[in-house]
This record gives sequence, C-alpha cells and structure tokens, in this order.
Amino acid sequence: MAEIQSNEGGGKKKGGSKQKKISVHVDFTPMVDMNMLLITFFMLCTSLNKPQTMELSMPSNDKNITKDQQSEVKASKALTILLDKDNKVYYFAGQPDYKNYNSLKELSYDAKSQNSIRSLLVMRNQDAVSKIQLLKQQKLELKISQDTFTAQVARIKNGKNTPVVIIKATDAATYENVIDVLDEMQICNIGKYVIDNITKDDKLLIEGKQANGATTQGAAK
Amino acid sequence: MSKVKVARKSTRIDMTAMSDVTVLLLTFFMLTSTFVKKEPVMVATPASVSEIKIPETNILQILIDPAGKVFMSLDKQSDMVNVLQAVGGEYGVEFTEKQISKFKLLPTFGVPIKDMKTFLDMKPEEQDKVLKDYGIPTDSVDNQFKIWVKNARKTNSDLRIAIKADKNTPYAVIKKVMTSLQDLRENRYNLITALKNS
Repeated sequence: MAEIQSNEGGGKKKGGSKQKKISVHVDFTPMVDMNMLLITFFMLCTSLNKPQTMELSMPSNDKNITKDQQSEVKASKALTILLDKDNKVYYFAGQPDYKNYNSLKELSYDAKSQNSIRSLLVMRNQDAVSKIQLLKQQKLELKISQDTFTAQVARIKNGKNTPVVIIKATDAATYENVIDVLDEMQICNIGKYVIDNITKDDKLLIEGKQANGATTQGAAK
Repeated sequence: MSKVKVARKSTRIDMTAMSDVTVLLLTFFMLTSTFVKKEPVMVATPASVSEIKIPETNILQILIDPAGKVFMSLDKQSDMVNVLQAVGGEYGVEFTEKQISKFKLLPTFGVPIKDMKTFLDMKPEEQDKVLKDYGIPTDSVDNQFKIWVKNARKTNSDLRIAIKADKNTPYAVIKKVMTSLQDLRENRYNLITALKNS
C-alpha cells in the first residue's frame, strides 16, 4: 500500500526547473495495525505477575531418629492449633488435656476479630514482635543494613523464649486454611512452627468441643 | 463579494511516530513475556503475604485440583524424557521414539503409567480433553506419584519442588502428597500462592 506521491504542485510554483521532485512518502498505517495486533497477542498471552511462593520445611518422618535427636519442646512454650472443617480453628496451650474439652479454645481467621489467631500469636510472641518492630524502624532510618537486619530477625525468631506452634489439620480442612495459618506465622514472626499429623485424641477433643458448643447454644434458645 | 475559498487540507496523518511507539511496545512485550503454561485443570491458589518469587528454572511443579487429582510438570525437556524412561523402566513399560518425542512436548502430564502409551498415541486435541479425567495415582497401594518424584530427583538433583493446589482442596489430599514427599526425604518445598491484596 505504499504510495509514491509526485509533488507536482510544488514544481509548478517554482516554475523554472523542469526536473520533478519526488517525495517518497510511505504510508505506515498497515504497519501500525499489524504491530497493534502483535502487541495485543503478547499482552494476552503473557503472565506478568509471577506467582508468589512460600517456603516450607517439613520434619523428616524417618523412623530411625533416636530419642536424643528429637527436639523437645517446653510445654509452657508450645501452642497447638487445630484446623477443622468449615473454617473452624481451635487451639490449646501446652500439654493437651484430653479429658476436658473446655481446654480447647476457638479462634478465628479474621484478623479483625477479638479472638483471632493473630492477636493470640502476637500476645504470645510479644517480645520478638516488638524487637522486630524496632529493627524494622532502624532499617527504615537506614541505621542498619539489610544483611544485619535479616540476621537479627533470624536470631530473634529462633530465640529461646519464642513460642513453638504445632499446626494440625483434620482431613476436612482446606488447603486455604493451612496457608492462612502459615501466613499468620510469618506475620507474627514465629520462627518455630511445624505441621504435624492429627491424632485420634485431637479429633475426639474437637468433636467433644463441638458437641458441647451445640448443647449450650440449644440451652440458650 | 469574493467567494470564500475553503482551503482543502489533506487529512492524512503521519503514522511514522505511531509506528515507532508500537514497535517499542512490541519489543518490550516480546522480551518480558513468559508464556502462560497450559494447565489441564483450573486452579485458584490461596492468597498469602509471602513475597518470595518462584525461581524460573529447575522446578518440578505439582498441580493438585480440588477433586484431588495430581498432575506434574517439569520445565526441561531433556529431564522429561529421562524421567519418562526411568519410570517406564520401573513398571516395565517401553516407549517408542515417537511416543517419547510427543511426551517431551506436553506442558503437564498426569496419567497412570498403564494408560501412558494409549495417551501418547492420541492426537493433541484429544489429549487435552481426556487429561483432566486422569491424574497420577497417589494411593498408598499404588503410589506412582512417589515413583515420578523419585526419578525426577534422580535425573536432576537441583530440582525444587513446588506445590500448586486449589484453595478448596481438602487437606487430606495435601497430606497424602506431603507424606509421599516426606517418605522420599523431600523435606523442603515451595507452596505457590497468590499475592494477598491488603
């Protein structure tokens, strides 16, 4: 579609010269059309935002681990979170008391709620959270470098008095629930957490708690 | 009274500048683009605050759909061939040259090994249609998933495992995959999530 326009008008004005001046003018419209098409194609076919990932290390389930290789957790520092179906979360602190289902307390995923996982974890981990907050402030003011910051954070997270969270999910819990809880670990700066298999006693405890909750609700009616 | 002459102006616009801009944009998109991989099932990943980006190479992606079907994908074609041959060897299944070259081009695979030969003989359109009904068996009796991961690790020791699961997948399915991985002493892996908007 390129067209060559002979600029005859210009030639006549000047009158004298007989040689025709030819200006080469290429029409770029189809070229632009094609480029636009290609751009649209590439825009639709690309994934610009790469997916995020969460790194997770699971404990080895090797049966040959001896007793002294296992890490023992102080009961006062342990916190067990149980995930159940319909977005229900329960927790108990320290040693489980399988006889008394009232030792199990209900939690909520919603961070704004009164008894959210976050408020519980922040309360338990107050020391580390406030220290890391301070470090973040220092980093913002450029007092410390990124390297020292990460090193310090890792040290605080693995400190002696930080809580250890054990996450146990029932089969009916969804993957989203697990990710949400792992997310809370990151938000609340918990360095020591583990995903464990749920035991039969834990399940009974949840059932007991739910049955009990149902009866009290029934009584309220 | 003289006639008012309306000067005739040509309405032609010079498209050169426009063309420059579009070519620039085109180069940008061509250079930055990574194509979306075709996946047999739609998976909505859960959101998280984690901001670590996933590396681009040496990824063994495990795709889990809400119904619990498991698919896998590898990013290197040479690895795919080796893995297929190793897994076929363990189950006593041999593949022809043509089947191997077809397998190499699959974006995602997830077919029980006994159906692999018939699957690879199908036309690509048919493959897309039936793949979502298959899935790698993960039962404890016939854990082919474990064999696949084991052989993938053998062919490429730098492989990182990434799990991409739908947010509504029951934990039972995830647990099965995770215990299979734990049995193979694969204790570190990545969970693919989407960015949380908050």
